[in-house]
Amino acid sequence: MTTAAVAAAVTRRPYRPRPGAVLAGLFLTLLAVAVVAPGLVTGVDPLAADPLRALAPPGPEHWLGTDHLGRDVLARIVYGARHSLSIGVLATGLAVTAGVLLGLAAGLSHRWVDEALARSFDVLSTFPELLLALLVIAITGPGTGNVILAIGIAQIPNYARVIRAQTFVVRRAGYVEQAVTSGLPRAAITARHVLPNVLGPIPVLATIGLGQGVIAASGLSFLGMGPQPPAAEWGAMLSEARNYLRVAWWVALFPGMAITLTVVCLTVIGRRLQRRFEGRTP
Amino acid sequence: MTATRTPEAAAGPVVPPPPGPAARRFGPALRWLGPVARRAGSGLAVLWAAATAAYGALRLAPGDTVDILIGEGADTPGIRAQIIREWGLDRPEIVQYLGYLGRLLHGDLGRSYQLQRGVGDILATQVGPTVRLTLAAAATGVLLALAVALGTAGRARRLRRAASAAELVSVSVPPFVIGILLLTVFSFTLGWFPVSGAGDPTALVLPALALGLPIAGVLGQVLREGLERALEQPFALTARSRGLTERALVARHALRHALLPAVTLVGWFTGVLLGGAVIIEALFGRPGLGQVTMLAVTGKDMPVVMAVVILSAVVYVAVSTLLDLAYRLIDPRLRSVR
Repeated sequence: MTTAAVAAAVTRRPYRPRPGAVLAGLFLTLLAVAVVAPGLVTGVDPLAADPLRALAPPGPEHWLGTDHLGRDVLARIVYGARHSLSIGVLATGLAVTAGVLLGLAAGLSHRWVDEALARSFDVLSTFPELLLALLVIAITGPGTGNVILAIGIAQIPNYARVIRAQTFVVRRAGYVEQAVTSGLPRAAITARHVLPNVLGPIPVLATIGLGQGVIAASGLSFLGMGPQPPAAEWGAMLSEARNYLRVAWWVALFPGMAITLTVVCLTVIGRRLQRRFEGRTP
Repeated sequence: MTATRTPEAAAGPVVPPPPGPAARRFGPALRWLGPVARRAGSGLAVLWAAATAAYGALRLAPGDTVDILIGEGADTPGIRAQIIREWGLDRPEIVQYLGYLGRLLHGDLGRSYQLQRGVGDILATQVGPTVRLTLAAAATGVLLALAVALGTAGRARRLRRAASAAELVSVSVPPFVIGILLLTVFSFTLGWFPVSGAGDPTALVLPALALGLPIAGVLGQVLREGLERALEQPFALTARSRGLTERALVARHALRHALLPAVTLVGWFTGVLLGGAVIIEALFGRPGLGQVTMLAVTGKDMPVVMAVVILSAVVYVAVSTLLDLAYRLIDPRLRSVR
C-alpha cells in the first residue's frame, strides 16, 4: 500500500476546515488547465534557451528564475505538468482497470482460482513499488510509456485487493441473490449488479493513488528513466538542478514544490472524499 | 502490508469465523499446520513466487535470452557458449527452470557479464552501506514519530492540527526532494555536512533524514491516533483512578496499544526504505545496493536485477516473520490463541 493510502486509512476524522479542500481543488484545476492548454497559463516557451541569462535568480522578468540554459523555470514547470501528471493519471488508470478486473475475477471465481489470484497480489505487493518499476524498465528500457506501465503494474494489488474484498460482500447481498433467483445470466448479474456496487472505494483510492503515482513518476524521471531531455518533467528538472545547487537554489526548489503541492492537494481531496463516502456499505 | 494480520482477526477464534483474513492468507490447504510451519510455508511460497517472477521476466523480455543475459557486457563466442552451458539454454524449458531454482537453492545467484563477477559477490560487498542507511533512516523515522506523537496526543487542538499538517506534507514530499532541500541548506549553504560519499559518519545524517521523514509522517499519525484512542478506553480510566500519572499511564499502558497498529506498518516501511534507498543513494552519491541496481537497470544487466528482486523478497519475508513474533510479544491477548 502506498504512503498516503496508509495514512488515510488510519485517519480518524482529524478536524480540517473546508477551505483547505477548496484551495486544493483550485490548485488542481489550475494544473488541469496547464495540462490541457499550457499556453493559457504562461506565454513563455519552455524550450527557449537564452545562455546569456543562464541561472538568473527570480525577478520581474523570470518570476521563478532561469535554469542552466537560460530557460524560464516557471514555463518549464507549467509545461512539465503535462508529463508528470499524465504519467500519474495513465498509470493510475491502468492500475484501476486491471485491479478491478482481477479483483472481480478473484472474488467471483472458484476458491482455488481465488487463492491463486490473491496469492499473486500478495507476491506483487511484496516488492517495493520502485524496485518493481525498475524491473519492468530493465526489460522494456526507459521512456514515458514504460514508466506508465511500470508504475501501473506496481499499483495493481492496491485496487485488486479492495475490489476482491468488496466482491465477497456484494455477492452475498440480497439483491444479487434475487437476481440469481430470477434467472439472470451470470455475466449480466456481474455487469449490472456486482460491478457498480464494488466500485465504491475506488474514487478515494484512485485520488490518493494518483498522488503516489506522481511521486513515483517523478522519482523514476529523477533517475533518468522517464521522459528524455529536453522534455520538462518535474523529476527530470530536479535531476538537472542537482548540478547547480551551490549557485542556484531556485532551479531545484520550485519543481520540488510543484510535486509536493500537487501530491498534498490530491491527498487532501482524497481524504475529503473518504470522509464523504465513509460508512457507506455496498 | 500483506503479512499484516490484524489483531482482531487473530484474536477472534472464539467464534470460528468465516475464513477471516488470517485463514484466507495462509489458505485452506495449510490450515491444519501449526502456526510456525504455516509461517514458514507461506514465506517459502513467497520466495518461490519471487524467484519465478524474476525468471519469468527474463524469459518474457523480448529478444534472445543470451543477448539479454549479456546485457552490455563483452559479447564473445566464448561467453555465449558459457551462458548457454550455465543456464542450460540448449535444454528443455522445464529443465532450464528447475536448474535455475536448483542454483538459487545453492546460493548461486548467477554471474554479471557486465561486471565480470558473481552476482552474490557484488551484492555482498555493497549490502553494508545500504543496511546502514536504511537502519539509520528507520531509527530517525521512529524517533521523530514517537516524539511528535507523545508531544501532541491529547494536547491542544492547535498543536494537533499543526502536527497533522506536518504529517500531511511529509508523506507528500518525495524523499529526493527533501534530500535536495537538505543538501542545499546544510551542505551547500551552511557547509555542515559533506555533499556526497559515505566515508564520513556525518555523511549518513542527511540521507537518513530524507529517507526517514516520510516514515515519521505516517507513523506519527498512526501512533498519535492510537494513543488518543487508548486514552479513552476504560482501562485508562481505571489506571487514572488508581492514581497513576498521565505520563505513567502513557508509558506503561497506552503506548503498547498504540504500537500494535504501528507494527502492522513495518512491512510497508521496509518497501519504502528499500525503494527509497535507490533514489537517495543516487542523489547523495553513496555506494550501496541502490547504485548497483541503477547500474544494472541502465546496463540491462538482468542477472543482477533478478538477484535484487529476489533479495528484496527475502528481506520482506524475514521482516514479516519477525513481525508476527513481535505481535505476540506486544499483545499478550494473542499468545493464548493457537
